[in-house]
Amino acid sequence: MSDFEFIDTSLMGSTALIELNRPRQLNSLNTKMIREILLAMEDFDRNDAVRVIVLTGKGRAFSAGADIDEMTDANPISLELLNQFTDWDRIAQVKKPIIGAVKGFVFGGGFELALCCDLLFSSTDTEFAFPEVGLGVMPGAGGTQRLTKLVGRTKALQWLWSGERISAEVALAHGITNRIVAPELLMEETMKFAERLSKQPPLSVRLIKDSVNKAVDSSLYEGMQYERKNFYLLFATQDQKEGMNAFIEKRKPDYRGY
Amino acid sequence: MFETIRYVVKDNIAWLYLNRPDKLNAFVAKMNHEVKEAIKSASFDEQVRCIVITGEGRAFCSGQDLSEVDEQMDHGQVLRDHYGPMLKQISKCEKPIVAAVNGVAAGAGFSLALACDFRIVSERASFLNAFIHVGLIPDSGNLLYLTQLVGHSKALELSVFGEKVPASAAVEMGLANLLISEETWPDDVTAYASRLAALPTKAIGLIKKSLKAVSNLSFEDYLELEAQGQRVAGLTMDHREGIQAFMEKRKPVFSGK
Repeated sequence: MSDFEFIDTSLMGSTALIELNRPRQLNSLNTKMIREILLAMEDFDRNDAVRVIVLTGKGRAFSAGADIDEMTDANPISLELLNQFTDWDRIAQVKKPIIGAVKGFVFGGGFELALCCDLLFSSTDTEFAFPEVGLGVMPGAGGTQRLTKLVGRTKALQWLWSGERISAEVALAHGITNRIVAPELLMEETMKFAERLSKQPPLSVRLIKDSVNKAVDSSLYEGMQYERKNFYLLFATQDQKEGMNAFIEKRKPDYRGY
Repeated sequence: MFETIRYVVKDNIAWLYLNRPDKLNAFVAKMNHEVKEAIKSASFDEQVRCIVITGEGRAFCSGQDLSEVDEQMDHGQVLRDHYGPMLKQISKCEKPIVAAVNGVAAGAGFSLALACDFRIVSERASFLNAFIHVGLIPDSGNLLYLTQLVGHSKALELSVFGEKVPASAAVEMGLANLLISEETWPDDVTAYASRLAALPTKAIGLIKKSLKAVSNLSFEDYLELEAQGQRVAGLTMDHREGIQAFMEKRKPVFSGK
């Protein structure tokens, strides 16, 4: 089904796999590639056969960052008219869980893309960094916002100002990544986890993501009201009845996703 | 391509000769850098299954070249900029690294030998934590490795008194793995390295990794690391070859893959 230029997509069971496919350029991101990632994600988001989306990169790096050649001649007006970051906003609207599996360099735009994932699996050799400052610019696709929400102002400023590399272990300690595994097993372990997640009742998974995202962006009071509505909503599903009946009958639930 | 070292790959072994014999192979910044680059290229070279570091001439390595040291020097920065990157490269290397200590290993030269996985010593070899004699502390990972090998008390003694440890004493206290007589030195070193080069290379790397993790992982985390390590080892051709050879009652021939 892959008719993309810069990415590869495939379906394994109910897990959709999106692979950045410019390994010789260390998967450096151009606007077309981001568009392709977005279109693939939106497509999988509406595909009933898909429960979980895994995002990874081919070759030894997840992504070394944005394609600099594309940007050298840009000016404020051309950037405004191009409006490329809207695609990034839409990635954040994907409802199904997105798991990132990142190895090697996760730099600049690559780091921002990793921060768009809901969960992140890293390998022991993974390194994160925002090197934009060294080019006289700064992150533009959410780097200063998502990183700060995730790790707080103190560390965010240090890393964004210095451009220094963040090891997988430090990333783990600051909640940037969920797990570190041996590089040889990164995909195996990520797919295993995705498979397990896809066994969970999909509407619960969906509304949990929706509610947690709400918590990041709104007051506690507003978030609580929002959570409540989602909680009530799940009582309209067959899976709620199945889950609770199975619990009472001491058997394994069989979730259908409606 | 190198100036301060000689680097040769032969029969699956990468030989790294510290090559400033008239200075007893003392470290200058360039040598730190070249050792690092050589270890890096050996790590990526699929031919290489064992690395040997040894010294040209009568010394292994006499430590930092003091002619590079002046009053303006920021010692901490020298470690961060030159020794640190070299030591990290050595520590990151999955392949077995042997220090073939042919003569004196003093100061940072001692540290370099400690950073290797195995130390085999000639009768002429000796170890010397010389730092105290110039009012400094053992550096380049020295105390971390030394404590692991000989324990706190002995590490303290060697560092505070700065006395020379002869080859035989080094073997006795667990500082060195093997003592080799002068007459058989080059052949026995080659034999030792060849033996390592014929073993399942990937498994050796995984054992190194697990051992390094021992001191800084919780029990649960260690068990998980072990499970992952065994999964990786279980996927190697060498594992398959080992099982196959066992069934066929023959000696395994490992490829390192």
